[in-house]
Amino acid sequence: MAMKRIGVFICHCGRNIAGTVDVKRVAEEIGKREDVALSTTYIFMCSEPGQKLIEESIKKYNLDGVVVANCSPTLHEKTMRNAAARGGLNPYRVEIANIREWAAWPHEDNPEAATRKAIRIINATIEKLKANASLEPIEVPVIRRALVIGGGVSGIQAALDIADAGIETILVEREPSIGGNMFRLSETFPTLDCPQCILTPKMNDVAQHPNIKLYTYSEVVDVSGYMGNFKVKIKKKKTFVDWDKCTGCGECLRVCPITVKSEYDLGMGNRKAIYIVNEQAVPLKALIDEETCIRLKFEKKVREGKIKPKKNITICSKCADVCEPDAIHFKDNEEIVEEEVGAIIVATGYEIMPAEAFPELGGKYPDVITALQFERLLAPSGPTAGIPRRPSDGKVPKKIAFLHCVGSRDPEHGVPYCSRICCMYLIKQAMLYKHALPDGEAYNFYIDIRSNGKGYEEFYVRAKEEYGVNFIRGKVSKVYKVGDKYRVQGVDTLTGRIVEVDVDMVVLATAATGSSGVKELAKILRIPYDEWGWLKETHLKLRPLETPVAGVFIAGSSQFIKDITDSVSQASGAAAKAMAMLSQPKLEKEPILAKVDTEICAGCGRCKDQCAYGAISIDPVRHVAVVNEALCEGCGACSANCPTTAIQVVNFKKGQIIRAVDILAEVF
Amino acid sequence: MELKKIMFYPGCTLKGVAKNLEDSTVESARVLGYDFVELPNWTCCGAVYGLAQDSVKFTIANVRNLIRAKEYAEEIGDNRLVAVCSMCYNNLRRAHIDVMKNRDRLKTLNIFMDEEPDYNGEIEVLHYLQFLKDVVGLSNVKKCVKKPLKGLKVAPYYGCLLLRPKEVAIDDMEDPHILEDLLKALGAEVVDYPLKNECCGSYHTVDKREFVAERTYKLVSVAKEVGADVIATSCPLCFFNLDRRQEIAKDKHHEFEYMPIVYFTQLMAIAFGIVSEEVLHFDRHFVSPEGVLSKWL
Repeated sequence: MAMKRIGVFICHCGRNIAGTVDVKRVAEEIGKREDVALSTTYIFMCSEPGQKLIEESIKKYNLDGVVVANCSPTLHEKTMRNAAARGGLNPYRVEIANIREWAAWPHEDNPEAATRKAIRIINATIEKLKANASLEPIEVPVIRRALVIGGGVSGIQAALDIADAGIETILVEREPSIGGNMFRLSETFPTLDCPQCILTPKMNDVAQHPNIKLYTYSEVVDVSGYMGNFKVKIKKKKTFVDWDKCTGCGECLRVCPITVKSEYDLGMGNRKAIYIVNEQAVPLKALIDEETCIRLKFEKKVREGKIKPKKNITICSKCADVCEPDAIHFKDNEEIVEEEVGAIIVATGYEIMPAEAFPELGGKYPDVITALQFERLLAPSGPTAGIPRRPSDGKVPKKIAFLHCVGSRDPEHGVPYCSRICCMYLIKQAMLYKHALPDGEAYNFYIDIRSNGKGYEEFYVRAKEEYGVNFIRGKVSKVYKVGDKYRVQGVDTLTGRIVEVDVDMVVLATAATGSSGVKELAKILRIPYDEWGWLKETHLKLRPLETPVAGVFIAGSSQFIKDITDSVSQASGAAAKAMAMLSQPKLEKEPILAKVDTEICAGCGRCKDQCAYGAISIDPVRHVAVVNEALCEGCGACSANCPTTAIQVVNFKKGQIIRAVDILAEVF
Repeated sequence: MELKKIMFYPGCTLKGVAKNLEDSTVESARVLGYDFVELPNWTCCGAVYGLAQDSVKFTIANVRNLIRAKEYAEEIGDNRLVAVCSMCYNNLRRAHIDVMKNRDRLKTLNIFMDEEPDYNGEIEVLHYLQFLKDVVGLSNVKKCVKKPLKGLKVAPYYGCLLLRPKEVAIDDMEDPHILEDLLKALGAEVVDYPLKNECCGSYHTVDKREFVAERTYKLVSVAKEVGADVIATSCPLCFFNLDRRQEIAKDKHHEFEYMPIVYFTQLMAIAFGIVSEEVLHFDRHFVSPEGVLSKWL
């Protein structure tokens, strides 16, 4: 039954709407409609008295439908629907007419046009509303388990928080050890804690927690299902070692004849073909890198028929020979495991651009390295035992230049945004360098110092005053090699002079981007991301931990580059969100779903082919499309492709939309 | 062998002080099998005024040149127009890109020049270096080398006009190597010259000679520091500043040592066995390159 007693509530939004749109006139115009029983305005519809107004008006005027003309439905649709429900009206009989973003804001310079447009938007919304059905939310069960993707400090924190609440948590990390980028750091600003002191205890907690199931050297390869009921496929990559037997003693490392650059040390140090990431790795297990192990390379060539050995020979088995628990088997042990979870937290972190991307700043020279590489040289457990040495010749650098904003705030060479953490870590690195070598000279070239955190500015002042780090305000245009030195050519914008310093080493604070592979993962999870690989939140200000896919949350630097303090806070926040969801006995799902009119449906299957969620099947007996309500997201792709309009999304039926469009498209 | 005709835009400087650039370009192209025919009735490229982006007016001169080229292209059956002066190349190419991107600007220009046929982007503007790399091919250049410049340490110098703005750059803006590749094909030893895309001081040479002399001091000293015998360029303005301003640089800095500056086309001519002063015009150099190049002359 079409509605006949509609209430229209027009919001002033302070001056946001009323400053441009003549809300009184809009209310009068709309009030002339026969199907409108009440048309009124209020200064803030989202406020407590505003919501009360809706509640009471429904009762007083016996309203059978409500249109609230205010801001975008992404902000307050839910608020208004709840208010209507309190007033005794089915919440799906409430529609939002967005007159702020669509009328007031874009036509600030033309109040008359904005007012007429607002009237038209409300009229269109009323037409759409009139055919709305009363709906009840759908209930779905919840699997009380969580998945955390990414084992950096954010993922670790999120997993521990959820597990501590008594919920079983699966933590997946693609590297052989958890710890992430923080595990590589020398010390952290502004407290100068070392990760060995503050991160490794948390890593061990993860390993020992009865509620945490840890998959390292593993990747999420497929996710299906919906909030509360996800099915996840995890690929455990081949290690060629039986981790159940491996004790992490490290005997194999000592005998392996092959040495290559270590990924953990970012090329600053070496590892063997069979390796353990480092001594604090969690789990402390050895694995073989098939790209460099001579035995595995040989066996692969034999398999591919590139080499045909005359007899059955074994190339090298030194590691297996010394392995007491007999864990090394050289066999491909790749495996896919399946897990079921109710909520997913993505904490995939960041990476920084390579130095090679900046040849003009010397990135092509061995002694011009990224700040993350320099962290390894400053780390007491690193390849140079904490005394920085030049990668080219091992000499201790007497002078170092630290370049801020390399590729950050620079769309021509890198990214348009500020990478947030570089100012602070370069100040810290200069400080640690001066601490290790008090005679050394540190030059920090910066655009401006962004030290906006607790204790950060004080830390910066300390670097200047106590440690005598030279801060030069200005960008560097070029770094080039002259003899044994690197000449840094920049400008001091405070004195207005060109500055040239000959240094022994240059550290580049290259721009941060989302971690590699995150876009593929985002596609698997169907969550949005931007061109730099940062995952997109539902609302930057108010829903920074949620994604448009219900049940999938984001934490730490996967959303945008963050320091440790912010990452950990956000991780706990995402954990709280996931726990809130998992602690419900049942979850409510929006009933805005596709419905099939079986009288019309011919079972052609075009809707099935279009469905991105696998929610549609064709009933083999009745030969009609059937929608799985739990899987359907109500996107409408099926409806747009149905040749007979047999499948339609409730409350978004063709007639409703076309009537609204007709009104919007009328010529003024 | 019959030479292939290619349109060549010399520009004003090549007709005056940079005769050495023009002659060595035309003669080296001849060795490679190309007859660089001067574009008939060419006009000024606008030089520095062409850098003013906001005015349609300053594009006129170049579009007019492109129209001349369009007419002549039909005659010789080739739409490529080669320039060697960096500024001429930069202005012609930017004018072409500008009117292709802004069709309304092009329309305005075509209406304004109603006595001329319309320009509709028919011409491909190339710098001689691009022509050598993409049309001739560096391996073919190598084949024509009679006297490889073995042992000659050359610092390649691009200046700004071959590389900026980005849309007209003949190579990577920050780390170009097209000139290096050519010099290597000629047998020369190319030094890693970090200042290859730095500014030479440009037209400040008119009003701030000392400033330009300081740039020259820097550019030449660093070239010396990295082991160069000679700096090779393609820009007459860079050439003038780097060559002529060494005199003031020497006055200011007594330890400064002169270094000859040459056009890359002169090195090409020499490597091809052309040593005639009528082509090389070493008399036009302030710092004579004859000593450094004596082995090949």
